Amino acid sequence: MVVAAKTGNEAMAEAMRQINPDVVAAYPITPATEVVMIFAQFLADGLVDTEYIPVESEHSAMSACLGAAAAGARVMTSTSSQGLALMYEILPIVSALRLPIVVCEVNRALSGPINIHCDHSDTIAARDFGWVQIYAENSQEAYDGTLQAVKIAEKTSLPVMVSTDGFIISHCMEKIEMLPDDEAKKFIGEYKMEKSVLDIKNPTTRGALDLQDYYFEHRYQTSEAILNAKNPILEAGEEFGNKYGRKYGLIEEYKMEDAERVIVALGSTCGTTRDVVDELRGKGEKVGLLKIRVFRPFPAQEIATALSNAKSVAVLDRSDSYSGQGSPVYVEVLSALFKNDKKPKIVNYVYGLGGRDINLEDIKSVFENLKKVDQLEEKNYLGVRM
Amino acid sequence: MSKDIFEVRWHGRGGQGAKTAALLFGDSALDSGMYIQAFPEYGPERMGAPVASFNRLSKKPINVHCSISNPDLVVVLDPSLIGKVNVIEGLQEEGKIIVNSSLSPKEVSEKLGVKNIKVYVVDASGISKETIGRDIPNTPMLGAMLKVSGLLDFDKTIKGIEIKLKKKFASKPEIIEGNIKAIKRAYEEVKSA
Repeated sequence: MVVAAKTGNEAMAEAMRQINPDVVAAYPITPATEVVMIFAQFLADGLVDTEYIPVESEHSAMSACLGAAAAGARVMTSTSSQGLALMYEILPIVSALRLPIVVCEVNRALSGPINIHCDHSDTIAARDFGWVQIYAENSQEAYDGTLQAVKIAEKTSLPVMVSTDGFIISHCMEKIEMLPDDEAKKFIGEYKMEKSVLDIKNPTTRGALDLQDYYFEHRYQTSEAILNAKNPILEAGEEFGNKYGRKYGLIEEYKMEDAERVIVALGSTCGTTRDVVDELRGKGEKVGLLKIRVFRPFPAQEIATALSNAKSVAVLDRSDSYSGQGSPVYVEVLSALFKNDKKPKIVNYVYGLGGRDINLEDIKSVFENLKKVDQLEEKNYLGVRM
Repeated sequence: MSKDIFEVRWHGRGGQGAKTAALLFGDSALDSGMYIQAFPEYGPERMGAPVASFNRLSKKPINVHCSISNPDLVVVLDPSLIGKVNVIEGLQEEGKIIVNSSLSPKEVSEKLGVKNIKVYVVDASGISKETIGRDIPNTPMLGAMLKVSGLLDFDKTIKGIEIKLKKKFASKPEIIEGNIKAIKRAYEEVKSA
């Protein structure tokens, strides 16, 4: 292992260097710019031999990635917020064509009003486009997750986005351990596409007109593929753990064995919550954290099982859905629990939009409020001025 | 819990290197086996505008990812910020502050309006002009904070910084030499009341 001080963006760029993708097509956007900027420097320094396509927009970036992936290339890109939004048109096409593109995504609030800081509205809005979604808690997980994403994508023939919290992780330098280059390459292995559109001896078509006769079957297959992606994700996380000591699953349970009050969250907030759990546990309070690492495929059964003994649960959403009801993570956790015989009381907290800080006291207040969960509204806002 | 973690806030103006100083300090602490965080505050900052950056250091893995509101140590790269930015915000009674100033610790304490906070001064701008040739106060302030924080082995750290600077300024050896001198001088010259 190579110990280094890296920001989330540097960690992802280092993973990309080790992966050495065949093609990267990218357009810079804050706070993800550095990922491709550092990668471009690696290219200029001769450390990778990627075909790097500096395109004129994110729409073009994802379109170029799609073409390259259909030709059988190992393809990556990076983006954030409005950049991901400009890719939305292409994202479901990539998954429908079963192309294993990996995106290093840096979570940033969607405009408007314009804001460059972290929330999950960009990737959460892309949750139903047939992409695997992995949320990293810190720079280490960003690095580890990016390597695993390549393996997962190529195993499942599905695109994967790995995201970090904008600025909070993307620009925070932390201690990380990286694999030696040859070990990283060994972990991801070689990629040989089964049916490349450039294989002229065995001609195939991707992206043809697909009407009443077959469109339905293809979309059904995408749905099946996402469902079946759970095992490859678990296998990649398990293999990584066995080889390098850091094991990953779909969810992570922290001090959940006898936890009565539980916070469910994604991303960097899990780290802050972890420290609050430790502090309150020190005072004898039975609190726990359930981290959702993989949001797509949604680990419904795993979450339902993990929460079955809890008395009260707060689901923290770093995006608001403007649906007139709870936010996306909450609604999905709630629905996962519906079939459980034993159900905890469950409430939703929307927090941290546009990078609003969430500190230890905020998390403590949520655990405190869970003591009197019956008095809470179903949907609550943490840290907003009303 | 949080006091297993040593927290630092750097104040400067855009262009003075507050972010670089935090990164360099974090990287140096990593070399001595600590867990670290180094991150800047991102606002609408530009050259000359007030900026802040932060460090966390701990012997244990650091999980928290919120902003730092009660630093153990504050480093002020630009004395003109005093009175404009609340540089002592959140500093505890046992906290420390280092200010780049040619005034005495007593005079700076009066300016800051503090009684129970330990105030250190070092003329980082003066040192930097003499050693680097222009007013880049971040590396001398790093030297002063290495002394005041006392967390890292100085000789080992200075060697590590030299290697890092050599990587960054391969074509400008005079910059490296100047910066190392600046760090060493500030380490010696920083003083408190």
